[in-house]
Amino acid sequence: MRIKDHPILGEIPKGNVVTFTFDGKEMKGYEGEPIAAALKAAGVMIHRYTTKLNKPRGIFCAIGRCTDCVMIVDGVPNTRTCITPLSEGMVVNTQYGVGEREVK
Amino acid sequence: MKRYQCVVIGAGPAGLSAAIEAKKAGMSVVVFDENLQPGGQLIKQIHKFFGSREQKAKERGFVIGKELLDEAHELNVDVKLNTVIKAINYPMKRVTAVEGDHITSYSADNIIIAAGASEATLPFKGWTLPGVIGAGAAQTLMNLHGIQPGDRVLMVGSGNVGLVVAFQLLQAGCEVVAVIDALPHIGGYGVHASKLARTGVPFYTSHTIIEAEGADRVTGAVIAEVDNSFKPIAGTEKHFDVDTICIAVGLTPSSKLADMTGCEMTDIGGAVPIVNQYGMTSIEGLYAAGDTCGISEASSAMITGRIAAIAAAHKDGFIPDDEFETKYKLLDDSRRQIDSGMFCKANKGKAIEVTDEGIEISHKLLEKGYLAENEIYKFPGAIKKAKGLHPVIECTQNIPCNPCQDVCHFGCIAVGDIITALPSVCAPEKCEGCGMCVAHCPGQAIFLVNEQFEPGYASITIPYEFLPMPQSGDHGLALDRSGKTVCETEIVDVKTNNIFNKTAIITIKVPIEAAGKARFYKGAMNTNE
Repeated sequence: MRIKDHPILGEIPKGNVVTFTFDGKEMKGYEGEPIAAALKAAGVMIHRYTTKLNKPRGIFCAIGRCTDCVMIVDGVPNTRTCITPLSEGMVVNTQYGVGEREVK
Repeated sequence: MKRYQCVVIGAGPAGLSAAIEAKKAGMSVVVFDENLQPGGQLIKQIHKFFGSREQKAKERGFVIGKELLDEAHELNVDVKLNTVIKAINYPMKRVTAVEGDHITSYSADNIIIAAGASEATLPFKGWTLPGVIGAGAAQTLMNLHGIQPGDRVLMVGSGNVGLVVAFQLLQAGCEVVAVIDALPHIGGYGVHASKLARTGVPFYTSHTIIEAEGADRVTGAVIAEVDNSFKPIAGTEKHFDVDTICIAVGLTPSSKLADMTGCEMTDIGGAVPIVNQYGMTSIEGLYAAGDTCGISEASSAMITGRIAAIAAAHKDGFIPDDEFETKYKLLDDSRRQIDSGMFCKANKGKAIEVTDEGIEISHKLLEKGYLAENEIYKFPGAIKKAKGLHPVIECTQNIPCNPCQDVCHFGCIAVGDIITALPSVCAPEKCEGCGMCVAHCPGQAIFLVNEQFEPGYASITIPYEFLPMPQSGDHGLALDRSGKTVCETEIVDVKTNNIFNKTAIITIKVPIEAAGKARFYKGAMNTNE
């Protein structure tokens, strides 16, 4: 959920509304905010599944340290979504292991 | 190769302060930071700082951060963002920076490492589930990006980070179901804990987290009491429905860069470079400042950053001896001042039972986050039944902080020169009810009480930092220090003023017998139900 009005910060400044896709689904976010922030606001919790055990991972540190939140962004895997700014038309996909889901 | 007289690594409070001082001294300076935005964690801190005027007490962290950035900008300090330092080479005095997709080496007469710290974490069953986040992540999401970290949150860790972030979660409209700590006492300031307790957040000391429940995201948490050796006691498990578990179990200095230079290191619960009083490592010209040298508050990081820079400038002849001595003394005094009192570094891990004044610390405060009504009056800030309006200061630990004395223009409140002393209400009859002390106490520990408000009724003025803002005439509940309902109440006054720095002061009317109990107002606020 987005914080509409904050007792100390007031209205939190945001960029223009942009459209992006998450696993093919169209979503809206604000230009320049981290991809992870836009996903979180849209209720997306799972960013990737681990290579060996296929366990879900999401935001953990939110400052680009832990790499838990990496996803495939515009075709580039291992993109740290918590520190990568969102832009119009971005294609964001869940990462499976180190790449896309294997189609059997 | 471009050469700088001073290279600063990290654009947080320590690094920016260092760069500002170095630039003022006339050195050529560059600051590198791996983030897209300068300011480090300071720009996310929305609580008011403790300390005295010299350390910008009663200002909020992000405002101090903005002032630092503005100062750096005015001085034309070159801050290179999105730049990762990959290597420092001694004795070549060279730093290697990766900027975007290219790599550049710089020659540096002096290097100040101000790389900050990273959050420690805690492994437990389910700890990798989405929904388990660091306290820093919560702070980043809500205060920088305006996103609620979750709806219902369990805070693990009761140090100042855990306490401050838990309060910020309430301000962001989230519910905090509990704050837990494996230690038998709350780790952070009692006043921070009390701010939470009076809204109804329970504390579980001597408790640890056993499990994060959920298949692919957090849906619950299980905690249990621990014995003296921190082992969970079977049968004491307690479940909470939560979607977020926030981990605030400490910070680890980021000292890898220092280590790679070959300077002498030591372990203080995390490796840190050994530095002298000026922040210089065992290598001449290599300095470290801020959390890289050991975890402290941002106010302390700003001081150690400034000290390192003036020391480097003095060593290379940019600042004459006498000017250096004067500057150093001021900064060193300030550093000593904020590292004093009960929570100073030397007392880390020690259980302090008695204040400097010889008053026994409340065990209830240490375990549950609030004082019992009868305990309050042992402390010099709390007085009962003075004539008319007067402050009641519920500040019961020796913390270096004196805004209450600073803002009271009527000489009603005294801390004295030693700012860790407990504040006393020395002249209650002089109180004019301006509310400055209530609004400016960084611990929100001051209330104005008027036992003679109306026949049979007292008024209580309390600091308030939540939305929606109550209005005069609103009806709600008066809560006690533990968050329990005392009685129904009516708002009789609401003051918001720019000078209060975003803290509103609201006055409620309660039956006289509730004057010593009521310390919070619950209206339609969107926090704990």
